Amino acid sequence: MRNTWDNAWIIAKRELRAYFATPLALVFLTVFVALTGALTFYVGQFFQRGQADLFPFFAYHPWLYLLLVPAVAMRLWAEERKSGTIELLMTLPITPFEAILGKFLAAWAFIGLALILTFPIWITVNLLGSPDNGVIFTSYLGSFLMAGAFLAIGSFVSTLTKNQVIAFIVASLICFLFTMSGLDLVQNSLRAWTPAVFSSAVSSLSFLTHFQRIAQGVLDLPTLIFFFSMIVFWLFATVIAIDQKKAQ
Amino acid sequence: MTVLIEAVGLHKRFGEIKAVDGISLKVAKGEVLGFLGPNGAGKSTTMKMITGFLEPDSGKAEICGTDVFQEPKTAKAKFGYVPEGAPSYGEMTTRAFLSFIAEIRGFRGAELKSRIDRAVERAGLQPVLDQIIDTLSKGYKRRVGLAQAILHDPPVLIMDEPTDGLDPNQKHHVRELITDMAADKAIIISTHILQEVEAVCSRAVVINKGMIVDDGTAEDLLQRMHYHGAVSLKVVADRADAAIRALSSAAMVARVETVGKPNGHMLLRAIPREKTMTSAEIAAVLRAQNIPVDELYVERGRLDDVFRQITMPEEGSGNA
Repeated sequence: MRNTWDNAWIIAKRELRAYFATPLALVFLTVFVALTGALTFYVGQFFQRGQADLFPFFAYHPWLYLLLVPAVAMRLWAEERKSGTIELLMTLPITPFEAILGKFLAAWAFIGLALILTFPIWITVNLLGSPDNGVIFTSYLGSFLMAGAFLAIGSFVSTLTKNQVIAFIVASLICFLFTMSGLDLVQNSLRAWTPAVFSSAVSSLSFLTHFQRIAQGVLDLPTLIFFFSMIVFWLFATVIAIDQKKAQ
Repeated sequence: MTVLIEAVGLHKRFGEIKAVDGISLKVAKGEVLGFLGPNGAGKSTTMKMITGFLEPDSGKAEICGTDVFQEPKTAKAKFGYVPEGAPSYGEMTTRAFLSFIAEIRGFRGAELKSRIDRAVERAGLQPVLDQIIDTLSKGYKRRVGLAQAILHDPPVLIMDEPTDGLDPNQKHHVRELITDMAADKAIIISTHILQEVEAVCSRAVVINKGMIVDDGTAEDLLQRMHYHGAVSLKVVADRADAAIRALSSAAMVARVETVGKPNGHMLLRAIPREKTMTSAEIAAVLRAQNIPVDELYVERGRLDDVFRQITMPEEGSGNA
């Protein structure tokens, strides 16, 4: 087991270094921070609300992740397959799971860094009033978890194609479905022709339903289990997909 | 003789196409096995299965007695592999890339450093150690791929077209490197360059349409060549008929072929009845008739011809 973490860590280090080898990483971080700011202050009307919390900041995270997380995830495996380095990687003395875990953790850490860089908003709200920092911390944690779930989906999709653009679009689409499935829009149309069990099952798979509680500072066990099992499920799907697809 | 690489009955199909159709082979320590075959013959697919990258439909592969599919981690620690095109992470520097490989191979600290130094020295990478791999020439990229494979000094080396696309000097360097390492390793190289087999391989396996069609030393393959031992000669054009008549009536000559007519000369080839004909005998026949000969040499047979002969039998024995 120690060996698994060692190898995953070596892979993760390499990945992270690769992110910063090009200016793309910095562009991504800038866009992320700028967008969260813009959404919070203009769309979320942070000032007009007159409340010392970060609800308008976190509320837009699912929508932001919908585009930005697949952008991080798309290269994970599509690039390895396209350049042929997957053949090198998979004939090194590591298991596919170690490679997948390492790459996933690197991408997750990268998104974590993007989240940390939004700290000026936290400072702002603390200067303007006295928010409940426990709630803010919980929301950050929940947001990070949700990003992990989006990322695991992206990691899976990235194994299916050598084309990063396709990986991006398909991952966004799947993430979109998982986000939307809790909305009334979807739920009403489902309730019309499926049993209630089904529509509530679909609703319980919704990232949005779970995240709405997180944005209010409630990180309860079902939500934790939901996001963790999402991550585990999609990472295992990645293992299977890699096994099937690596040589094509 | 210790067998370090063993493949038993490897089969792989992609849809309707049988890419590899029952390949079994053994490579012992000290052997350099040349994997020969036209493009699409199944060379790369076979290597991918031996290295455990691609699961075969049936059959098994063992490296140093360890099954690559039962115990992949153990088996993969025992070989170095240069996949087709020698892929590496282009955004890294040579040094960073080799460090990464060394870490994955389990080396740390001083040992990691000395391993990298040795591989760099062997592959001649000192001048480009701190350059980004993407900016290197094709030759250097190949050598990075090679350095990566020999870093842990594995008992088994598997290389898919290691010299493809290199200039003659670079090819020479890579072949020298392989020869240097050959004594205490089992090596497989795939190639469609036949001189390479003559230059570095102790044994050659010819595969075509996913099957082994020939197996032997480069010399063995040459023996099988139609023109092996034939004598080629050049005479002035107006004495050609006389020469043909004289040679055809000689006891040791089976038949005489005309090859070409460059610059008022005629190129002839005398095919021997048995493999023992010498150029001196041919020269004597012609001298008896007072026919001047400009050039005379024994054909060794060219591996290219053998290759065509084995892999394209439908072309028959036409002039190669």
